[in-house]
Amino acid sequence: MANDLTTGDLLAAGPEPSDVTRRVLRIIADNQRKDVSLVTTESTFEELGIDSMDAVNIVFALENEFNINVPDEEMKNIRSVRDIVEGVHKLVAGKPPDGPEKAAA
Amino acid sequence: MRRAVVTGMGVICAIGRNVPEFGEALREGRDGGGPMRSPEAGAEPWAMRFTTAGQVRDFAPTDHFSPKEADMLDRFAQFAVIAAREASKQSGIEWTPELRENAMIVTGSCIGGQTTEDKGFVEVYKRGRPRPHPMTIPKTMANAGASGISMEFGITGPAFTVATACASSAHAIGLASNMVRSGMCEVAIAGGSEATFSEGLLLAWEAMRVVSPTVCRPFSRDRNGMMLGEGGAMLIVESLEHAEARGAKPLAEIAGFGMSSDAHHVTQPSAEGAARAITRALKDAGIGPEQMGYVNAHGTGTMVNDVTETRALHQAFGEHARKLAVSSTKSMHGHTLGAAGALESAAAILALREGFLPPTIHYNEPDPECDLDYVPNHGRAWDGEYAMSNSFAFGGLNAVLVLKRI
Repeated sequence: MANDLTTGDLLAAGPEPSDVTRRVLRIIADNQRKDVSLVTTESTFEELGIDSMDAVNIVFALENEFNINVPDEEMKNIRSVRDIVEGVHKLVAGKPPDGPEKAAA
Repeated sequence: MRRAVVTGMGVICAIGRNVPEFGEALREGRDGGGPMRSPEAGAEPWAMRFTTAGQVRDFAPTDHFSPKEADMLDRFAQFAVIAAREASKQSGIEWTPELRENAMIVTGSCIGGQTTEDKGFVEVYKRGRPRPHPMTIPKTMANAGASGISMEFGITGPAFTVATACASSAHAIGLASNMVRSGMCEVAIAGGSEATFSEGLLLAWEAMRVVSPTVCRPFSRDRNGMMLGEGGAMLIVESLEHAEARGAKPLAEIAGFGMSSDAHHVTQPSAEGAARAITRALKDAGIGPEQMGYVNAHGTGTMVNDVTETRALHQAFGEHARKLAVSSTKSMHGHTLGAAGALESAAAILALREGFLPPTIHYNEPDPECDLDYVPNHGRAWDGEYAMSNSFAFGGLNAVLVLKRI
């Protein structure tokens, strides 16, 4: 089921976020010790108090949750909740992540 | 040389969540031992060769920290910050911008964030996770307590951590007081903390066969080992001039500090090494052996330590050894490893200030080789001017503090 989800699903999701999106938002909320209702795909890192160490912790939790592997290079591209949600959708869908690695290949 | 005094103390351990509770427990001879279990909420007691420990029970980090702050600090660093808060509050010190820039922090820890490290390695080696949590590194580092205190108060002066096993925080306090005495700084926060209870480490203690399967009976003939403990203790160490200038009432003076190393054996202590540290501490305090009243012993409750420490006291004090009151408060709060020197210095300061000798509890019968007054089982009133705290580490590293009533 998760494999059916793409970035397109996310962006066209309308009022109901996908299951993957919900799980990502919950993990971000848990890490920041905030209520999940306060975390949306539009939330900024500043609003949620996410610093560089938090981002690393969140990505660690996402790797475990979705059994995915986020390359070091990909970490540099994460600047917002939307970046995280989109990145997870791509990895879950089995797509190679966009980024310098792909560009180099 | 300038004089270094203590103007505030903070404590958290099995027999007290703060200094007043700790003092009352010491006076009453309260046993902090209970069923040993993981600090994780709802954990069942561990079944090991030893099952009793001096743990800080029902400790909820979020009673002291925001959930996010608690996530960033291992239990041992939380104990350090909690003890430093109490010490700072008692001292009445105002952390002005100038003071924050010049104050020092010296903490001791033997094992750092073992609880975090052990948990991370269980995830990897047992549960097959690819890697432990990213916070494993910063939570495990032994200086996390010093760093936590620095951030808590915004102190930007020198800060570091001493790791000399079970003498760590005695060395930390000794170094801090010497820095105050030398004029390097006016105020230092010094002490130590330890969170001892992670499964891998406990099994290593079990393998070493030095922890009592029953209760800790220091200096008693039927003693059979130590009780492990955990906690934190911090002192505000300040120059007498600085304390007086701000109208603070000193609790005690750190009058002397002596160190030595045995160059002997990694686990067997040497009476000569310990006696050398004791003699140096007396000399540093500028007092004769006959002026000492109370010794808060290293007193782990192992066969070897207690005999060797008794011999060391005979060597260092001569005839006066028989007039000393010597007790091991480890019989109550357990061996808190890197926190021991600080916790026991706090006990010695309470003894000086409040006029009592804390007992050695669970004492059953005299040992011909341990022939001093160990204040068996019941505390008693005392009026003395000088107390001593002994800390002797594995690896043969010794640190002794002389405390003076003020």
